[in-house]
Amino acid sequence: MSRTTTLWRSAVGACALLAAVTLVPAPALAKTEIQWWHAMQATLGERVNEIAAKFNASQSEYEVKTVFKGSYPEAMNGAIAAYRAKQPPHIVQVYEVGTQTMLSSGAVYPVYQLMSDNKIAIDWKDLIGPVKSYYSQGGNLYSMAFNSSTPILYYNKDLFKKASLADKAPVTWDEVEAMAKKIVAAGGKCGFSAAWPSWTLVENMHGWHDQPFADHANGFDGLATRLQINGVFGVKMMELLQRGAKEGWFTYNGRLNKAETNMGAGECGIFLTSSAYIGNLTKVSEGKFTWGTGPLPHMTGFPQGNSIIGGATLWVMKGAKPEEYKGVAQFFKYLASTENQAWWATVTGYLPISHSAVKAMEASGVYAKNPNLKTSVAQMASGKTTPNSQGLRLGNFASIRDAIEEQMENIFNGSKTPKQGMDDAVAKSNEILKEFAALYK
Amino acid sequence: MKRAVFRNPWLPYVLVAPQVAITLGFFFWPAFGSVRLSFYRASPFGDRLIFVGLGNFQRLFADAAYLRSAVTSVIFSFIVTLVGLALALVLASLANAKIRGLALYRSLLLWPYGIAPAIAGVLWLFIFHPSYGLLPYLLSFVTSYQFNWFLKGWVALTLIIVTAVWKQFGYNLAFYLAGLQAIEASVLEAASVDGAGVVRRFLAITFPLLSPVTFFLFTLNMTFSFFDTFGIVHAVTQGGPGDATSLLVYKAWKDGFEGLQLGLSAAQSVVLMVVVIALTTLQFRYAERTVTY
Repeated sequence: MSRTTTLWRSAVGACALLAAVTLVPAPALAKTEIQWWHAMQATLGERVNEIAAKFNASQSEYEVKTVFKGSYPEAMNGAIAAYRAKQPPHIVQVYEVGTQTMLSSGAVYPVYQLMSDNKIAIDWKDLIGPVKSYYSQGGNLYSMAFNSSTPILYYNKDLFKKASLADKAPVTWDEVEAMAKKIVAAGGKCGFSAAWPSWTLVENMHGWHDQPFADHANGFDGLATRLQINGVFGVKMMELLQRGAKEGWFTYNGRLNKAETNMGAGECGIFLTSSAYIGNLTKVSEGKFTWGTGPLPHMTGFPQGNSIIGGATLWVMKGAKPEEYKGVAQFFKYLASTENQAWWATVTGYLPISHSAVKAMEASGVYAKNPNLKTSVAQMASGKTTPNSQGLRLGNFASIRDAIEEQMENIFNGSKTPKQGMDDAVAKSNEILKEFAALYK
Repeated sequence: MKRAVFRNPWLPYVLVAPQVAITLGFFFWPAFGSVRLSFYRASPFGDRLIFVGLGNFQRLFADAAYLRSAVTSVIFSFIVTLVGLALALVLASLANAKIRGLALYRSLLLWPYGIAPAIAGVLWLFIFHPSYGLLPYLLSFVTSYQFNWFLKGWVALTLIIVTAVWKQFGYNLAFYLAGLQAIEASVLEAASVDGAGVVRRFLAITFPLLSPVTFFLFTLNMTFSFFDTFGIVHAVTQGGPGDATSLLVYKAWKDGFEGLQLGLSAAQSVVLMVVVIALTTLQFRYAERTVTY
């Protein structure tokens, strides 16, 4: 083939391609694109894509594009880097730990304002109390509640049976200890364990027993400056766990949600983790073992508070065009609908975040069919929400959690006494809080 | 050294320009950014920048955790380098013998180097994991000792040392093999004729002749274990238990990217930068004199 014909052909091909490119997706280009960065892995990630696809199909003006950005810290970092490069996503999912950082950032478009600017009325009163209080400032919601969870107790029914225990979740820590001991005695590898160690065993235990975690009402009445987890309760909790690790009925299985691997493998008798683990556990335990759930265990002699929510919310970043924000507002309206809230809570195990969604789930018989989904809701309804359990709002919380977990490990392996470990965690955290306060003074 | 001659006086500059541009753009510019940031207290979103002078460095050196991390890093780097080089040298000597299937052995021994640190970490995780790992399972038949490195610092540190050594092994081996092959057989034969045994020949001839390779590998392994082991730590221990495996480079990442204390993290990378510059300079100025090329 001569050179000229080849050139000709490529030229014609290129023109055809160009025509195809400009002609075909033209209708798609008319859609306003909305970027949604999230950190939902595995099954949860599929659900996120599902809800975006449903929204995209429900109207023709906007297209929500979901982008998986890795872990929670990675998603938050990605958004920070993008914001600094002046190319932020419209929506970013930020974990509860990042709340104070986002509130102080000056980089977000508060959700209540977004909705009122776009004249979309949402009945904020319908949001359940803990969710609303956690993410509001001055009574206004700053980020869109999305995936909120709270820790609950899981137990492996097969291991309970093997240890001749009744098919009933332990209610107190004394029972946890007694049952875990029996499970280990019956040959179990792991009597009791917990994921997200600081969240389940320190933060939530303080809220659940109405004990302060930090000053200024856990940071809700002003920037927190001091942690209070080295008090009588905090130390007692650590003493129990240190003894458990030494006696072999408590197995520590790492930070983040790493310990869930052990629960999912059917090794652990009693386990604490997020209620949003229900979806995954259902999948991994299928055909292998059966399990049940119950509320968090209580320590005798301390008052009843409430468990604290975790999970993440959707923040809207500054720097986009008004018509794009209009799309974001439409999407949030879609997310907030009772139908979608109920669907999301049913398929994931996250808390239904509105009263109407709870009612809808009640009415549709979801709870009757899967009582485990009810555990978290019932737990929060049974507890007493006080300033100690409305949430935690600390600057640089990720570093603080790290400081706490570091010391928890030192306590569990016996290299520090519970009092010493908690004192050290508090000292380090206070320093981190001081740094944060100095930044936003 | 031979002086190269270019007819056009600009040509040499044009030829080195791409490399200079890359170095300026990808090394000097970010390094300068870190140095600048290390004097500030910076908010994550960049809206607040407060000059604190040497405050970040003061905080760093007053922090017992940082000093512990420095000690851990030094211990880690030396063990990884020494064990790694010794092991590679021994196996290279063996692989240098004339045996059947040599090519196969050599390629197999080189394999680990082709694996990214994070993947290497995950692979070892599967072997060592306290609950689903193979090794703890096998060990449970022999001893009742619990090798749970979620709680035992020394086990965790050993684990990442072993992973790092294994990861770097193929690279070290390749260089030692090449070095061994460059040694004239006649020299060794002459020594044998003079009655020198295997050990004597190794100590008097092979090892000194390998010193340039050893010197090069030493620098490289020290740098690797100081800076490139982030992936291993992140995949296996996340710095725990306590802060037993919190190496300097991991701590800098954690404080910066998880803790969002950017100024403090920048100060840590500046310290690391100074350390590596000092190490390299020292090695090239002093260690090089004792090396026979």
